[in-house]
Amino acid sequence: MLRLDDVHSGYGQSQVLKGISLELADGQVAALLGRNGAGKSTTVKTIMGLVPPRRGAVLLEGRRIDGLPPSRISRLGVAYVPEQRRIFSYLTVRENLSIAERPQSAWSVARLCEMFPRLAALMRQRAGTLSGGEQQMLAIARALATGPRLLLLDEPSQGLAPSIVDAVVDSIAEMRSGGLSILLVEQNLEVALDLADSVYLIDQGNIVFSGSGRELRMRADLQARYLGVET
Amino acid sequence: MWSLLTVQLLNGLVLGMIYALAAAGLTLIFGMLDIPNFAHGAFYALGAYLAYTVAEKSGSVALAFVLAPIAVGVLGLAVDTFFLRRLARAGHVYQILFTLGAVLVIQETIVLLWGADSLSVDVPSYFAGGVEVGLVLFPYYRLFLVAVGALTIAAVWLALERTRYGAIIRAGIEDPDMVSCLGIDVARLFMVVFGLGVALAGLAGALIVPVRGGQPAMGTQLTGLSFVVVVIGGMGSFAGAVAGGLLVGVTQALMTVFYPPASQVGVFAAMAAVLLVRPQGLFGIR
Repeated sequence: MLRLDDVHSGYGQSQVLKGISLELADGQVAALLGRNGAGKSTTVKTIMGLVPPRRGAVLLEGRRIDGLPPSRISRLGVAYVPEQRRIFSYLTVRENLSIAERPQSAWSVARLCEMFPRLAALMRQRAGTLSGGEQQMLAIARALATGPRLLLLDEPSQGLAPSIVDAVVDSIAEMRSGGLSILLVEQNLEVALDLADSVYLIDQGNIVFSGSGRELRMRADLQARYLGVET
Repeated sequence: MWSLLTVQLLNGLVLGMIYALAAAGLTLIFGMLDIPNFAHGAFYALGAYLAYTVAEKSGSVALAFVLAPIAVGVLGLAVDTFFLRRLARAGHVYQILFTLGAVLVIQETIVLLWGADSLSVDVPSYFAGGVEVGLVLFPYYRLFLVAVGALTIAAVWLALERTRYGAIIRAGIEDPDMVSCLGIDVARLFMVVFGLGVALAGLAGALIVPVRGGQPAMGTQLTGLSFVVVVIGGMGSFAGAVAGGLLVGVTQALMTVFYPPASQVGVFAAMAAVLLVRPQGLFGIR
């Protein structure tokens, strides 16, 4: 589905990604873990085309997409849920979804309402008035409305109460069972290990570990060194 | 005294409607596209001259009010596509330099095509006469101007607030990158918005000719005032631009009754006052 080959990327003078390679098989969930500033968000933004890579290749189903603008990448079936959610706060919930919706999308607004009943009740409200958890649901629903095959999720659990994190995890599990491929950026190790088929650890712009969730669970040394997890 | 005040209030409304149209256009361009369009007044002047020519050649004033803004809008599409879009990455300084240059080009083109003398146009015959306000006659044409301005603003507002395309434009004001991530070609969207923005300035120009005539440099003052109105109303806020435009127009007209020297300064004083109390403007969203 997705492959990154030796991707270098950054902003202005600063080089953030120093040769990232990773692979995500069709219908799988890969988690990208690492500390703040390790390059997780930049990786996702580079895939989406928001930050153009300086070297290396991004391939979607074998086709190079690096260098394309975000709108083209979105049309090729990639959707993005950004870290700060970035919902359109002056639009209503319905408008947030309707501007994203495409006719051929498997996730119609009606289906999204079933999946997120909480949003269904808030359709006429301005998105800016929603709680953090509701905004996260909306950001996910908005991404799904474009009918993607690959979803880039940047820290969906960040800043949410534990009960809401569970709801978000449930919705991600539901999307996976619907056949969606997902690249999940997380700081929350438990959330990532729950959902991911494979795990990548990133540190200072380099991939320092790749393997299964089970392997990482047993490697307390890696957890301590790259995630700051107390053992 | 009361009739004079009423007439000045109405004149303020006329002036305010012109400002509101121009500023509504500029708030789209400056607020959403982040293009400091210093040529806004030049597009207004072009709208005035084109309307004059269309009315003269076709004999239809109605046609002039439709065709002139459309022509200005189409020119705007071209200017955005061929010049401003390419300068976007270079930053504000280059866009300012370009739009200031465009002012000179448009003004000199007007001088070449229509001459440097001012244009004076009679109010169309079917608008002859006016409403009696006390001892003063308030021309029908000015009422018509206010009505056309109000209807246009209402139509654009409805399109922005009630249609999917309008929602995309509002989303683009808030976060253009995110709009792009939803698969929407933001460059094309911006081009349309730029065209719409300058078309509104063109309509304002077309409407004002029978009242004030036309001069090649008639837009210079309007550009400054439009920026003031946009700042007072709040960057990117359509309602703010309209309210701000009407407010500035009425204030200016009433000032000329009470203390004429302050009618120009008052506008900037109002901006300073608004910025002190509400730095984001009356209806500002950022």
